[in-house]
Amino acid sequence: MTPRTLFDKVWDAHVVHRFPEGPALLYVDLHLVHEVTSPQAFEGLRQAGRRVRRPERTVATVDHNVPTGDRTLPLDDPIAATQLEALALNAQAFGVELFDLASPQQGIVHVIGPELGLTQPGMVVVCGDSHTSTHGAFGAFALGIGTSEVEHVLATQCLVLSKPLTMEARFTGQRSAGVTAKDLILALIGRIGTAGAAGHVLEYTGDAIAALSMEERMTVCNMSIEAGARAGMIAPDETTFAYLEGRARAPSNRDWGRSVVAWRRLPSDPGAAYDRRVELDAAAVAPQVTWGTNPGMVTDITGYVPNPADFATPAERQAVERALAYMALTPGTPLEGLPIERVFVGSCTNARIEDLRAAALVARGRQVAAGVRAMVVPGSQQVKAQGEREGLDRIFLEAGFEWRNAGCSMCLGMNADVLRRGERCASTSNRNFEGRQGAGGRTHLMSPAMAAAAAVAGRLVDVREWS
Amino acid sequence: MTLTPFVRYSGKCAALPRADVDTDQIIPKQFLKRVERTGFGPALFHDWRSNPAFELNQPEAKDATILITGANFGCGSSREHAVWALAEYGFRAILAPSFADIFTANCCQNGVAPVRLSGDGIDELVRRCRAGNGAYRVTIDLEAQRVTDDAGFSAAFAMEPYRREMLLRGLDEIGRTLLEEPRIAAFEKTRS
Repeated sequence: MTPRTLFDKVWDAHVVHRFPEGPALLYVDLHLVHEVTSPQAFEGLRQAGRRVRRPERTVATVDHNVPTGDRTLPLDDPIAATQLEALALNAQAFGVELFDLASPQQGIVHVIGPELGLTQPGMVVVCGDSHTSTHGAFGAFALGIGTSEVEHVLATQCLVLSKPLTMEARFTGQRSAGVTAKDLILALIGRIGTAGAAGHVLEYTGDAIAALSMEERMTVCNMSIEAGARAGMIAPDETTFAYLEGRARAPSNRDWGRSVVAWRRLPSDPGAAYDRRVELDAAAVAPQVTWGTNPGMVTDITGYVPNPADFATPAERQAVERALAYMALTPGTPLEGLPIERVFVGSCTNARIEDLRAAALVARGRQVAAGVRAMVVPGSQQVKAQGEREGLDRIFLEAGFEWRNAGCSMCLGMNADVLRRGERCASTSNRNFEGRQGAGGRTHLMSPAMAAAAAVAGRLVDVREWS
Repeated sequence: MTLTPFVRYSGKCAALPRADVDTDQIIPKQFLKRVERTGFGPALFHDWRSNPAFELNQPEAKDATILITGANFGCGSSREHAVWALAEYGFRAILAPSFADIFTANCCQNGVAPVRLSGDGIDELVRRCRAGNGAYRVTIDLEAQRVTDDAGFSAAFAMEPYRREMLLRGLDEIGRTLLEEPRIAAFEKTRS
């Protein structure tokens, strides 16, 4: 038999039908739903008199527009409240499980799926959110879809999709101290660009990937979409199984053993062919910081704001000029030392317990610089509770950080957590697009440790120089 | 949902020659709280429209229904609201060297044609559009898969056959998939 990639195996196992025009009808194992991209889909079902085909494969939570402050108060945004109510009504009417604001399991959809053990190797996972790629860390094929496709999956438990191409991103060697999973993925995006993997499913391989924890793997897969990829995947291994074992929705008892046997067959066969390949030396990667208005505009913390004149094409030069004007940066300025006013530790990229520990390690016994507002927004209420059991909340609060409730928060600024015009922010999120964290706000993406260090220093710093 | 089939369409063009236009620019987050599919048109490119020099603010761009733009259009967030905003504003087709994957799917679900032309082809269309002073029109023939104008421009394009079929027929994808219900049920049996 022809050797197959991890992706080929998951794809093949889910093809219900091949349409004559080419695409497949692909079965969906897990459909995650949130308040922002689902109301129109449920309304579509209602108008057509359709039901949710597999409510038990559908799980909903609220994350995008929820407040992260005091949860005992009513929402002060009536439109956001309407959206939350709509999801509650839809979940009830269509029989879908919902982790709402009052639930101790509420959180960012891409944090709670893995945390509950819902996300498992070999699955097809979809959600009306581009960062669904996160779940690929388990060896699932996980992809973001639009609202019409959400409605399609609700009604049919299937997605119509042409088979994407594959691309191997191999990280050789081992990363050095102070370099995180976030730096690996940012370095890759910097290399291949924001459309570098368009039409492809990325599979991350190599020693530096195998050495990552599950949470670190989620950070890597999360940002696959920022390279334009359809999805990102990492082969399941002992690290994956150890993470999953005993989780609430993971297989248990005899099912567990059977599942692990099946999961062990998922990794790409030796000699499996990828349509494209890229290789990065993890040992050569330094802590990364973005300087522009997309995640591909990134360089080492020891680097400089680039000069538009150094770019090859007029289109690139124009894009860099626009980005520097928006970011209020001058070519040749060292990134290290750039003053910041805001810090955001959060998002589906970097708000799991290991991320908060990394930030707390830097913050411990130090103080947020005068004039800086720094927020820590745990990825889920369970992460928050775990952080509090470990005393991380006290470390952050004593250092002058805010310790908030779970949600997407200032990653996209749909709630009250936004940058003011002109504010510069060190952020652990995934997008530095214009206005992403608030109209006129200026975002620099980096790892949690780097963001915490920036909060203390009041400027961008190289965390490797910190004890 | 029934859509207007997209077969052969002629319309006025507007040019937005920049790459990597993300869906956060097309429709910023503060407008994503609606529970309807409508009401997004006025917020299209909200932040950019506050700049008087923005391309779509120019009188020549008024009432354009075809957008000529740069590579990787629609990247970033999966928000279908971006396509709803473009469609409600009046755009029936987007011409670009490339599109983000999720955005492409969202377009076809809403009867908006994402048409890929070469970078050179787009550059030429941008030049012609600018020279046309608000009168530049092209015809997109989805059956023949060709974009033409009345001054000699002609370029072929490719589109995934399934997506093309959806647009040509204004297809209700759910209705179509539900015709395969026995196959879905049989597939589920093999897995339980």
